[in-house]
Amino acid sequence: MKRFLDRITDGEVLVVDGAMGTMLIARGLPPGACPEEWNLTRPEILEEIASLYLEAGADVITANTFGASPMKLAPYGLADMTEDINAAGVAAVRKVVGDSAYVLGDVGPSGRLLKPYGDADRDEVYRSFERQASALVSAGVDVVFVETMMDLNEATLAVKAVRAVSPDIPIVTTMTFDDTPGGFFTIMGVSVEDAASGLAAAGADVVGSNCGNGIENMVRIARLFGEHTDLPLVIQSNAGLPEVVNGELVYAETPKFMAARVNDLLDAGAKIIGGCCGTTPEHIRAIRGAVDSLVG
Amino acid sequence: MGILIEISESLQRGDFENVTALTERAVADGVSAKEILDAGLIAAMDTVGERFRKHEIFLPDVLLAAKAMYAGMDVLKPLLADADVPSRGKVVIGSVRGDLHDIGKNLVGIMLRGAGFDVIDLGNDVAPERFVDAAADEGAGVIGMSALLTTTMPAMKAVVELVEERGLSDDVKTIVGGAPVSADFAREIGADAYGFDAANAVVRVKELMDIS
Repeated sequence: MKRFLDRITDGEVLVVDGAMGTMLIARGLPPGACPEEWNLTRPEILEEIASLYLEAGADVITANTFGASPMKLAPYGLADMTEDINAAGVAAVRKVVGDSAYVLGDVGPSGRLLKPYGDADRDEVYRSFERQASALVSAGVDVVFVETMMDLNEATLAVKAVRAVSPDIPIVTTMTFDDTPGGFFTIMGVSVEDAASGLAAAGADVVGSNCGNGIENMVRIARLFGEHTDLPLVIQSNAGLPEVVNGELVYAETPKFMAARVNDLLDAGAKIIGGCCGTTPEHIRAIRGAVDSLVG
Repeated sequence: MGILIEISESLQRGDFENVTALTERAVADGVSAKEILDAGLIAAMDTVGERFRKHEIFLPDVLLAAKAMYAGMDVLKPLLADADVPSRGKVVIGSVRGDLHDIGKNLVGIMLRGAGFDVIDLGNDVAPERFVDAAADEGAGVIGMSALLTTTMPAMKAVVELVEERGLSDDVKTIVGGAPVSADFAREIGADAYGFDAANAVVRVKELMDIS
């Protein structure tokens, strides 16, 4: 299989899959349960989700390891299982995709605030990321996504930990921005400009944004990133914020709506496009279609 | 009173060491603990909340300011008579069942304490019964619920319903907040209020408790 970053350099646009959490809940993940524990206990569900996204046309399929750092697993009493949980998450996806798609090792925030804002030591957080990264790389992921970051210091620790574990694994890093009257900022006050330069300095190969509030904001965020970095961009938008319709939570943005904004994302420099909260295989299929029709 | 202004400025900068030192000095200079608390710490925290609400400052600034406020409070606590301890009322807060996210909820707790409320923080993944039991046991006037996951939002409705079922609706008001929560959702589930961010939540709680 051609190397991940080479495909981007050669002008391809890669499609990543969509939401994981909502898919797990739809398949019975109980409230309060650790989503990553299912890697060990219900691998067939992770395989099913991977196959749905593969079939929808994603080039990159996410292993269910967002919260599988030891620090994040600790509240469930599962920190000791870090290696097994990450390996099983990767194995479930690899079993489905083989060499036909890239397996994405997913690294989410530690769930703790670094000192002085919170009580977590930098070393402790770094070691937690390093242990997860080591487990993911050993399990054979093709790319690591450090995602949904809000604190640039924490994102930097995560990127450096992954790089320390592997000198050549591609690292894609996203932060999550809110739309404020003064512009886009993460909850910790990081601007797009600071994210672009900070993540590049940390050593990320691809930078951008995920989650957020709808794909139209993501177009604006992508343009801002483009003004401040020459690195390829990644955008994984959610399907807007959920609304209550007849007592049910519904994400506002349809596959068609999101796919119609793909052109703007490409113009802004996005080389990796996928979904976040509320997106489904149908959204990814529509995005795939848009990418194929726009990128020759 | 110059020193109270200094305390306020240090607190707003998040300089907790200075707040401790200045609070000690104010006490030594004979300023009453109550005055230091009201005109120094709480007034400063109000300003911090207001600036956060206007997006002039960010979460890290609020966290450091809160740390500074607690540092000052630690100095004052032994000196405050019970009657002086600020309480505009009790508020029970927590992230709803299934939700392990607590940054937003913690922030609301900090801002409520800063505004003089007695806050009972039940933590994360709080079952509806625990919210309502705690409110009843503690005589809290408001239950504040936070959710970051869309999937845990329905647990908010369960709390609202339980308050009603136990006949507590007149005494215990409910407020909901969190990234995916909206005013429409709050109305839909019958919650008494919606706080769109932590500073706004304080304003709404004051309204629920008839404090202007």
